[in-house]
Amino acid sequence: MKLFSELISALEITNKTNAKIDALVDYFKRAPDKDKLWLIALFTGKRPSRPVKTTLMRAWCMELTTLPEWLFLESYSTVGDLGETMALLLPEPNHKLDLSLHEWMTELKALKPKSEEDKKAFVLEAWSGLDQQERLIFNKLIGGSFRIGVSKKTLVNALSKLTGIDSNQLMHSIIGNWTVDDITFEELINGTHINYDNSKPYPFCLAYALEKELPELGEPHDWIVEQKWDGIRGQIVKRNNEIYIWSRGEELVTKQFPELVEAIKNFKYDFVIDGEILAMKDNDVLLFNDLQKRLNRKNVTKKLLEEIPIGFYAYDLLEYEGDDMRSVSFIERRQRLETIFDSIALPDHLQLSFLVKFEKWDELHEIRNNSRAINSEGLMLKQKHSPYHTGRKKGDWWKWKVDPLTIDAVMIYAQKGSGRRSSKYTDYTFAVKKDDALVTVAKAYSGLTDKEITEISQWVNKNAIERFGPVRTVKPELVFEIAFEGIALSNRHKSGVALRFPRIARWRKDKPVDEIDTIETVKQLITST
Amino acid sequence: MQKENQLIKFTKKGIYCPQGKFYLDPWKPVDYAIISHGHADHARWGMKNYLCTNDSKPILKHRLGADIKVQSIEYGEHLVINGVDVSFYPAGHVIGSAQIRLEYKGYVVVFTGDYKTQPDFITTPFESIKCHTFITESTFGLPIYNWKKEEELQGELHSWVENNRINNRASVFLGYSLGKAQRLLSLLEGVDDDIYVHRSIYNLNEAISASGFQLPETKLWSADLDKKTLQNKVIIAPPALLGSRMLKRLPNPATAICSGWMQIRGNRRWQSVDAGFAVSDHADWNGLIDAVKSSEAEQVYVTHGYQAVFSKYLREIGINAKELITEYGDETLINSEVETDKASAE
Repeated sequence: MKLFSELISALEITNKTNAKIDALVDYFKRAPDKDKLWLIALFTGKRPSRPVKTTLMRAWCMELTTLPEWLFLESYSTVGDLGETMALLLPEPNHKLDLSLHEWMTELKALKPKSEEDKKAFVLEAWSGLDQQERLIFNKLIGGSFRIGVSKKTLVNALSKLTGIDSNQLMHSIIGNWTVDDITFEELINGTHINYDNSKPYPFCLAYALEKELPELGEPHDWIVEQKWDGIRGQIVKRNNEIYIWSRGEELVTKQFPELVEAIKNFKYDFVIDGEILAMKDNDVLLFNDLQKRLNRKNVTKKLLEEIPIGFYAYDLLEYEGDDMRSVSFIERRQRLETIFDSIALPDHLQLSFLVKFEKWDELHEIRNNSRAINSEGLMLKQKHSPYHTGRKKGDWWKWKVDPLTIDAVMIYAQKGSGRRSSKYTDYTFAVKKDDALVTVAKAYSGLTDKEITEISQWVNKNAIERFGPVRTVKPELVFEIAFEGIALSNRHKSGVALRFPRIARWRKDKPVDEIDTIETVKQLITST
Repeated sequence: MQKENQLIKFTKKGIYCPQGKFYLDPWKPVDYAIISHGHADHARWGMKNYLCTNDSKPILKHRLGADIKVQSIEYGEHLVINGVDVSFYPAGHVIGSAQIRLEYKGYVVVFTGDYKTQPDFITTPFESIKCHTFITESTFGLPIYNWKKEEELQGELHSWVENNRINNRASVFLGYSLGKAQRLLSLLEGVDDDIYVHRSIYNLNEAISASGFQLPETKLWSADLDKKTLQNKVIIAPPALLGSRMLKRLPNPATAICSGWMQIRGNRRWQSVDAGFAVSDHADWNGLIDAVKSSEAEQVYVTHGYQAVFSKYLREIGINAKELITEYGDETLINSEVETDKASAE
């Protein structure tokens, strides 16, 4: 497992994508075929199901180390990763096991149906024969994420660099139907098991943020305006009775959205359309937070399908019956798209993105300001006669987002993050005033620099009121400006309001705690939006 | 026998001995301060009189000013102050670091300052002393912290340097000027003919060597050195230099942080560096427990670090331990001191 262990070390230390790609390429050059296949399987969610339960492994680790449970948990909350915590706590190895990645995975697959006793014997034997880093990897091979920042896209880019094969084709190949036992590495990367002609996507056309006054764009009637829906951009490819859904990040996400695949099947034409994947219920677009619950799931349960149904708003037509439409003007593409969508009785969750009707530029201000009410991020302005560009090009497409709302709140709890962030207090809970007390209004994880997080972590260490467990209650002293995209009344929240997409706009070192917002001023934002 | 609560008191200025009329590593200016070692959170400005070990004296003078009033004694030597028998015993933390032992009417208190129980190649090894009251640090007081042996670390550092050389990269090690830098020098001996150090380390080493302490030879890494000279070389610098222009000017540098915190992946990944080595000058979990147990103390106070966790664990294994809040272990302070070094050097 030496090669694999070296790879993991190289991947975990760097946050530069290129360095990760180089480490992967190096591994692919040196590792045996079966190991390469397992690596791809492990990083694309094709791993076998967990053969040993975490609770058992935890119990065995505590038994071996004779540590009390509270101390085990204290260690876990400091490390932020269970597999790593166990690797650090376990005693020094007393012999040396040397198996390849393929051999370990084969053993682990065989372990699944065995008795608890057999499993325990196997795991303990492995723990006592591996050093700290190898133990960590072993624990991760049993289950759990490696948390080393290797996405499918990174993996595919490395394979592409190694072989010169188009990265989207490789994406289709690794996502396709294969198992380590029935394919060679050569066959997998050459895509003998797939038909890339059916799935091949186009590069997305991307917009810049509007940087001028509306009248500077020219005549209003040369522009088409749509809502800027707040989901994930998606490209639906339908060719020869096969359907593929690509995300903006060029990952194949078809299996995550079965309700879209079902709806698309009803069309008799072949096409490629660009649009927005959204969480949608009863014709209403839900919050992005809701959509997130549907993303990157290995299995989409029936319950989840009912709780958070997915919808699609179509923006554009890139290919029609085998013809590349991208050089045709937007207005024509849009008309063709409308014709296609008129050809069947559309289900509620598959719709054209509606166009905003306006005569004069001035009218758009109010429409933009109201976009929050329908869970849109603002407006998109598209030049009527523009082609569908490759990538980001200035001039024809503009995004015009609504300004975020902000409040000043005080930090009351801090919690350590996970992965790279496990060493610092990175997750905070904020409160505003309610009479003489404080009431929680938001949790936020992003918006600060590493330097600020380090400073806050040191402050938390000194100013924590509770010192056990993962959550630190701190003196209400640090004030932050919290930005968010929307606000609504909510019964589920103690404060009575729910903020959408809260994040830290800045640390208000200049502001004393008694000048933070009150829950009343926060609620006023509801009526004013 | 003398009662413990009469020999030492915990005050706002620091740990005080009323009988002896002196403080141990105080954090506010006092008349008489006994200093465990030269780090900025233990040896602070503004004391009218300092007492430390012979090896610490040049360090204190270098950092706090040549005009400070400082008396020094050897490890194991005794000095009676107002009837209290004061002596120093090696703490194995940095050059000159000591545990401070106080004895009055047969009652013994040991204050560890910072310490490391595992021997290394440069500091006088930690000595365990029996006492009635033991005041211990707890910087790495969690069972996830267990250090590798010195020889194993040496092997890792050497192969990292060799690997960098193959890839045409200079090797930069980041560690505090006092303690980590000298420890790294001892670990890296023989890896190259010349080892370059940042000015803050170079000057401190000069001061230490001037008093007769033998340190490995180094060369000064200054901004005016030719780039070619530093090709594939080994450089030791304080952590505050991370991200500095001086570091960026090096030819193709690979950077490693050397600290006990590097034991955890999240910490290694937090900093954008090429490697993290868990080289610590503090006791690991087993080191802390061994030190507490072999002191045979009837009362243990746990200071800076994981004091809540470590004292709770000690109580569970039948040791009478209490948390003690001090102002030691302030990394911003140790860092700011290096910042001033950096400012004077760049």
